[in-house]
Amino acid sequence: MWKLTQEFIHKFIPAFEHAWLAYIAGALVAALALLAFASLFAGLASYVERRIAGRIMSRVGPNRVGPQGLFQFVADGLKLVMKEDLVPAGADPILFRIAPYFVFAGMFGTFVVLPFGAHLVAADLDVGIFYLMAITSFVVLGIMLGGWSSNSKWSLFGGLRSAAQIISYEIPAGIALLSVAIFAGTLSTQGIINAQGGLPWDWFAFHSPFSLVAFVIYFIAALAEGNRTPFDLPEAESELVAGYCTEYSGFRFVVFFFAEWANLWIMSAISVLCFLGGWKIPFVNAPEAYSGWLWILLGFVIFSVKTLALVTVVMQLRWTLPRFRLDQMMNLCWKYLIPGAFAALLGTMTVMALFSWDSPAGIAIRFCTFLVGALVVLYYIWRIVANYRADSANYKKLTGQSMWYPPWRLP
Amino acid sequence: MSEFEFGFVSVLVFLSLAFLFVFGVLVAGRFVRPRRPSREKASVYECGERPIGKAWFNFNPRFYIIALVFLIFDVEIAFTFPVATVFSAWVKAGKAALVYSELALFVGILLVGLAYVWRKGDLDWLKKLDHDA
Repeated sequence: MWKLTQEFIHKFIPAFEHAWLAYIAGALVAALALLAFASLFAGLASYVERRIAGRIMSRVGPNRVGPQGLFQFVADGLKLVMKEDLVPAGADPILFRIAPYFVFAGMFGTFVVLPFGAHLVAADLDVGIFYLMAITSFVVLGIMLGGWSSNSKWSLFGGLRSAAQIISYEIPAGIALLSVAIFAGTLSTQGIINAQGGLPWDWFAFHSPFSLVAFVIYFIAALAEGNRTPFDLPEAESELVAGYCTEYSGFRFVVFFFAEWANLWIMSAISVLCFLGGWKIPFVNAPEAYSGWLWILLGFVIFSVKTLALVTVVMQLRWTLPRFRLDQMMNLCWKYLIPGAFAALLGTMTVMALFSWDSPAGIAIRFCTFLVGALVVLYYIWRIVANYRADSANYKKLTGQSMWYPPWRLP
Repeated sequence: MSEFEFGFVSVLVFLSLAFLFVFGVLVAGRFVRPRRPSREKASVYECGERPIGKAWFNFNPRFYIIALVFLIFDVEIAFTFPVATVFSAWVKAGKAALVYSELALFVGILLVGLAYVWRKGDLDWLKKLDHDA
């Protein structure tokens, strides 16, 4: 956005004295575009997730508002804006009211450095992923404030659990991102992508077995930080009503869930940019090659496809896995993920120090790790296909009809 | 305005827009949403019963210990980021042994800390009294 604004100034208003105003306008345009993107993505993700949940649980899901229920999220949003805004009598009114702001700012602030393609980024901060870690802590602050200030026991327990969970899992996530920094030699998000290549064995996830471990650990930790199942204990409906947002209603309630669904994109995009090659197109590796609009657009499509694939995996996980117990969740983080993340960090350091990127041994390691990853993905796809076949055979045996949905009805 | 300054102006703009968006929708919502407060609505949810006492009571100190341990590790991670960033540049400059041993030493000290906390039992969520053991 900086380059674009600069070009705009040179082209149209070269003699304008207050050029800083144009820069602020440029940042504002990016912010508004990304706000629209975040709202649209969060809404559509909520719709798609409910459809996937419906299909997995053998029910229909929302299908009334608009074609196939596509506008369900608009209706939900409008309904919740028109609901009364309640503040419990015993609550701390100021803290209760400002908590959603922190949650929203923590979510939306990450979009500054999230890239969408080559040069397609609001501002390429040179502290990129460090800034990401810092700004997402705002969310914990909001959740703690909301949980504490409600003066409700459910909220208090939900808020405390959530805070304990998010801060615990920030450590493995941070250490996994440290190995990314070691690999890329920069913290800027575009720099990290430029350090990787377009082909899978040029991605950081397959740089060595250790970086594959770092990727898995980062992914699990990101699930936990986004309060996604199997780590959704803070809002475990069956035990804590709704956790930290029990007392929230109307639009303040929307903000918490807006942040949760927008967070789906954020966590997947961070995984893709740090580990899965970002917007790099296969065989086009030089950063200078990405100057034409067509290449940038192709990179954007590649980035989005990778990110949406991860989002789908996260949604599928939510409706497949049961919830952890609190002590299991803590044990998993402190006794397995953190030592594992340290091992991955030391291993990445060793591989980086011993084998350079282009040495035959380095290429061999990358290729072997890629084969392992490809086998895992193939096994995953094979299991889905096998389950689908078994289910449809079963369905045919039970009902005499074949199980078939038109493709556009599959969420 | 340099690219560096522009980056942090963007952060400011994004955060301001986040605050303004939530505030704006809440203010706009005032005109379309009802406001009929009552005593029942203003009480907190406690499964339909009348709430007993306040929720601002002492809670389990385990959360406090986790927060302390987190604080230490998080600060260490923040300190390690600059070193990690220059790691590959130093390896390319032929000083791999130096930077590797430095970073490994630092991580080693962290691991000793983790082992200490683990041994003390602060990582166990389920705690037992001595006579149960």
